[in-house]
Amino acid sequence: MAPVRGDGMRGLAVFISDIRNCKSKEAEVKRINKELANIRSKFKGDKTLDGYQKKKYVCKLLFIFLLGHDIDFGHMEAVNLLSSNKYSEKQIGYLFISVLVNTNSDLIRLIIQSIKNDLQSRNPVHVNLALQCIANIGSRDMAESFSNEIPKLLVSGDTMDVVKQSAALCLLRLFRSSPDIIPGGEWTSRIIHLLNDQHMGVVTAATSLIDALVKRNPDEYKGCVNLAVSRLSRIVTASYTDLQDYTYYFVPAPWLSVKLLRLLQNYNPVTEEAGVRARLNETLETILNKAQEPPKSKKVQHSNAKNAVLFEAINLIIHSDSEPNLLVRACNQLGQFLSNRETNLRYLALESMCHLATSEFSHEEVKKHQEVVILSMKMEKDVSVRQMAVDLLYAMCDRGNAEEIVQEMLNYLETADYSIREEMVLKVAILAEKYATDYTWYVDVILNLIRIAGDYVSEEVWYRVIQIVINREEVQGYAAKTVFEALQAPACHENMVKVGGYILGEFGNLIAGDSRSAPLVQFKLLHSKYHLCSPMTRALLLSTYIKFINLFPEIRTNIQDVFRQHSNLRSADAELQQRASEYLQLSIVASTDVLATVLEEMPSFPERESSILAVLKKKKPGRVPENEIRESKSPAPLPSAAQNNVHVNNSHSKLNNSNANTDLLGLSTPPSNNIGGGSNSNSTLIDVLGDMYGSNSNNNSSAVYNTKKFLFKNNGVLFENEMLQIGVKSEFRQNLGRLGLFYGNKTQVPLTNFTPVLQWSAEDALKLNVQMKVVEPTLEAGAQIQQLLTAECIEDYADAPTIEISFRYNGTQQKFSIKLPLSVNKFFEPTEMNAESFFARWKNLSGEQQRSQKVFKAAQPLDLAGARNKLMGFGMQLLDQVDPNPDNMVCAGIIHTQSQQVGCLMRLEPNKQAQMFRLTVRASKETVTREICDLLSDQF
Amino acid sequence: MMLFMLLFSRQGKLRLQKWYMAYPDKVKKKITRELVTTILARKPKMCSFLEWKDCKIVYKRYASLYFCCAIEQNDNELLTLEIIHRYVELLDKYFGSVCELDIIFNFEKAYFILDELLIGGEIQETSKKNVLKAIASQDLLQEDEAVEGTLRDIGLL
Repeated sequence: MAPVRGDGMRGLAVFISDIRNCKSKEAEVKRINKELANIRSKFKGDKTLDGYQKKKYVCKLLFIFLLGHDIDFGHMEAVNLLSSNKYSEKQIGYLFISVLVNTNSDLIRLIIQSIKNDLQSRNPVHVNLALQCIANIGSRDMAESFSNEIPKLLVSGDTMDVVKQSAALCLLRLFRSSPDIIPGGEWTSRIIHLLNDQHMGVVTAATSLIDALVKRNPDEYKGCVNLAVSRLSRIVTASYTDLQDYTYYFVPAPWLSVKLLRLLQNYNPVTEEAGVRARLNETLETILNKAQEPPKSKKVQHSNAKNAVLFEAINLIIHSDSEPNLLVRACNQLGQFLSNRETNLRYLALESMCHLATSEFSHEEVKKHQEVVILSMKMEKDVSVRQMAVDLLYAMCDRGNAEEIVQEMLNYLETADYSIREEMVLKVAILAEKYATDYTWYVDVILNLIRIAGDYVSEEVWYRVIQIVINREEVQGYAAKTVFEALQAPACHENMVKVGGYILGEFGNLIAGDSRSAPLVQFKLLHSKYHLCSPMTRALLLSTYIKFINLFPEIRTNIQDVFRQHSNLRSADAELQQRASEYLQLSIVASTDVLATVLEEMPSFPERESSILAVLKKKKPGRVPENEIRESKSPAPLPSAAQNNVHVNNSHSKLNNSNANTDLLGLSTPPSNNIGGGSNSNSTLIDVLGDMYGSNSNNNSSAVYNTKKFLFKNNGVLFENEMLQIGVKSEFRQNLGRLGLFYGNKTQVPLTNFTPVLQWSAEDALKLNVQMKVVEPTLEAGAQIQQLLTAECIEDYADAPTIEISFRYNGTQQKFSIKLPLSVNKFFEPTEMNAESFFARWKNLSGEQQRSQKVFKAAQPLDLAGARNKLMGFGMQLLDQVDPNPDNMVCAGIIHTQSQQVGCLMRLEPNKQAQMFRLTVRASKETVTREICDLLSDQF
Repeated sequence: MMLFMLLFSRQGKLRLQKWYMAYPDKVKKKITRELVTTILARKPKMCSFLEWKDCKIVYKRYASLYFCCAIEQNDNELLTLEIIHRYVELLDKYFGSVCELDIIFNFEKAYFILDELLIGGEIQETSKKNVLKAIASQDLLQEDEAVEGTLRDIGLL
């Protein structure tokens, strides 16, 4: 017979022994069912069951429940036990209820009544039973019923300490389900002052309660900070004998210390009072110092308790993030733990360092441990520790060490545990994108990821690399070359085929010049993978093939053969069949123009937060880069991943058009345009038009009518004579533009019948659609009115619309026409690229219709700097260090029209001796080539 | 705050369960099954902490019994290990070198001791002396009642 303590229930012990002696699961179930039937009949029939028997049966039910069986009766008997006057029966009743009764049981009212009675009891043991039960069940009903009694018990001078402890935690439990249970007012300070209680157990329990109250209402409980700091300080400096039984393995009150340290983390800054802060810092230093002292015991309990306090102190230091000295010390301490023989400590040190890495004060300190962390990632025996090392590497990564860390993670990925591969892949992808300065590196990293851990590369990752390649022209040629090489591998992952297929379909032409990657070679390589791929990938490849037909008409028949294949044209997969038949017909029927339009390069993707980051955030809520926090604080702020994208994009696309990215509706606010600038003292309308007059200041002629100069700028005075001044502000985004015309009456009399009329043929309007708001017919003396125009570029066009303005001045009719600054170059998006891709493109655009050239005499004297300035305002990206001759100017840009985007390259070569310029324009569309060349010739 | 504590044997038999959060029974069973499998699969030298769902698991093995606690993200792992240890010490002191059988046959006592140590998932009393005193006074009450009952039975009261 097994040992039984207390009053012992023989029947229960026998039953437990029976169960243990069962040889099989079936025998056990049989025995249990027999017992359940027995208990059921006892509860039903025998009205004379005494308390002891009830207790015994209820206990048996509990045991059966613990074995994993459902119990659906006996609750009433348990409730009956609550009102027993025998403690042992009452106690079992409460146990059954706390284990088996849930919050919304219909017995709750009966239970509450019993609890009420026990709370009134003079016997603290009974009171505690009742309190424990409330804490275990903690329903709203209970909160309502006991909202008076429990707070009273907690602060009353008559309550015994042990009851106070239970009352504090009971109240905490009720507070969590019904926050309104806590009375405010004078109670606040009485509760806070429990921190000063003599009894350590009371303080410990009260601290948990106060922590929750502070979270709800930090200001009301702010008074707890001073008390907590001084209590903590007293504990930390106490000798281990001072606190007697509250010292745990030579560590004074570790539980209370940790709770107080947690409590203080609710405030930031912890305190405004210098004295309190000094005392707190001193205490934190003492904790750090103690960590360096030799251990007072070899027992792991000693080191655990001591380090528990240390880690919580470090949490507080990190949370405050204001004491560089403490942060650095904390980091050093954790660094020591990284090579401790206790796995638990290494794990926690790595975790804490993840947080330290996000502080500007300790980020550099953390980086000093990079090597050890990399070793941890590779060598730790426990995968959760390796995982933590990966997290830390991710957190400590910055521009300086990104290449190394990413490389190490890639190396490790080859042998990494399956359970963490997917997350690692996400992390590598994010880091590579976030810290890429050179996008060829990014492309390499992602392709390596696919090669090493293709199965773990989620869709988001390969979608992302495609988005980035599409959006960044400078990397497209490289990407095409690299995927082409990667596809050479005899066995390559399907994800590689997807990325390869997509990229070659878009940019295969960039490498087609090399005979080793000639169109047919590219096609055959891709198609050699086709039959091993899933339908989804095959569908993607079919799209690649039709794109090839556009890019490389010479291999059209090879491709059509593939479309025609039985397995495609009559594929059971609806998607494949549809694509094969439609693409086949398209390739047969459509003209080259239609093909070129339909199969145009994909437009760039909207820049937004990396979808990969979102996936990682979903996987690990709360653990994803607080990097942002650090970066916003750090002395040299690095933009976060998301901002980074936008930022990079802005800087390369809108370099010389600083207001182009602002809201199109923001016309009324003067843009901070730094083209022009300077004196603007020659007009009364200046104030309204802001700095837009600047560039005009050196031109004192009474009439300004040089729309050509508006090729290079968006704002300024468009026209001026003795009667009228017309200013313009304009903004363009993609293929949309918005103009504001400001008409100022310079005379002393009103201008009447004032009508601006747009002169733009219906035919032209199909290419550039301009809408103009009507204006008031009278322009009062000295007044200014504004007229808004919107323009939508549907297709490229020549020249620019004109506006004819007529009005009456002093009885005479006036009329003149002004060309609007709406030439096609306004729809340029500047494109950054390096020399390699510039000349690769340049060579690609060598067809007769793609080139246009003019040689013209330079304006005297030949002004290179001036020419550069003008080009910067033209809308294309002026590319430095691209042309081997530093005097030559080369530009790249994309014209956005609704129907297509036209890539355009330009080169302006000065000949100083001859005082001549040679202008060459290459674009994928003939009309654009000519128009841009016409617009720019004779302008320098 | 501690979310729950599970005691189970090396064979995966649940010996004690204490839930400080209201989970439906189905969920409790699922959590238990998953955790028992996960923890039993871990090797001895491994870290005692693991991330699990949105909480942290802290576990330690004493002889044939595993003690496993779930705590919230911000809770202190090391100190949770020491809560487990304190509980083991209390059981040990009470039963006199405790073994799995003691807990099987006196599961209700194991619950009572735990209730003195933790209430609503928070530590109530960390002093070993005070907890043992409370349990002793419970036992005393029980014994008085038992004596009283016997006396009544034989007609002496």
